[in-house]
Amino acid sequence: MLVRPKPGILDPQGQAVSGSLRHLGFDVSDARVGRLIDVELATDDAREARAELERMCEQLLANPLIESYEIALPTGEAHA
Amino acid sequence: MSDHDRTRPRVAVVVFPGSNDDRDAVRGLEMLGAAARAVWHTEEELPAGTAAVVLPGGFSFGDYLRCGAIARFSPVMRAVTAFAEEGGLVLGICNGFQILTEAGLLPGVLRPNASLSFVCRDVELLVERTDTPFTSRCAPNQRLTIPVKHGEGCWFVDDELLAELDGTGQLVLRYSAGANPNGAVGDVAGVMNDRGNVFGLMPHPEHAVDPLLGSADGALILGSLVDAARLSAAALV
Repeated sequence: MLVRPKPGILDPQGQAVSGSLRHLGFDVSDARVGRLIDVELATDDAREARAELERMCEQLLANPLIESYEIALPTGEAHA
Repeated sequence: MSDHDRTRPRVAVVVFPGSNDDRDAVRGLEMLGAAARAVWHTEEELPAGTAAVVLPGGFSFGDYLRCGAIARFSPVMRAVTAFAEEGGLVLGICNGFQILTEAGLLPGVLRPNASLSFVCRDVELLVERTDTPFTSRCAPNQRLTIPVKHGEGCWFVDDELLAELDGTGQLVLRYSAGANPNGAVGDVAGVMNDRGNVFGLMPHPEHAVDPLLGSADGALILGSLVDAARLSAAALV
């Protein structure tokens, strides 16, 4: 699950990172810092897994006021 | 219960793993006339006769994920939420404020300070309203000196909600012009729910209850809560 600040939300961490990258000579106009959460689930069912991961994001892992999330399942390991 | 205890409203100070201002809160509340009691986060009920709840400052659950995000699921928070929904007085200080926003009991969210630096210093605050259970001991437009100490105190709501909360008078406490230590929108230091019984603030009134500590202005906030708790306890009898 990839959780990151929504557009328009102040992201001081991202600002510090982009400033530092520019300082190193990289041509970076903006950086946003999010959070990656890997979990292992007991289920092999992709649909069930996705629904479960969505609930995790909604209830705890992302704050919908300021953060959006994306869910990715490992390819080849889960079956739709 | 002695007659002495009868006049002292019971205030529950919730202790989470990582809370570190709970003892100052208990001490300040006791000084100001409350019977304050620490309540561990695994409790499923508040002590009988609780007239107010304080969620103290600290770093509950290591501030992991987001500040307050994990503490809000503590068993005691179900009781605190039910208490608030019945109109009970709830005060959240710093991490307690963060927990109340995560729990949806107060609007907005606390983001990392705009400076990315932890700030620890006295700040000047402006009291916008004195007709609340949390500021009744203050004078209109009074300026208070109370310390802040936080890394994530940048209160955020979008412009639309900010205007709405301003209109409903929920932005009770602001940092004085030029004194905003964290980049909070509208210079907001403390916000109240629409019903007026839940309040959260980033500054620490419990660290400013004695002139020996540099300021006793925090006693005005905690003392207001004790006054309101006494009234609400009397109404319960």
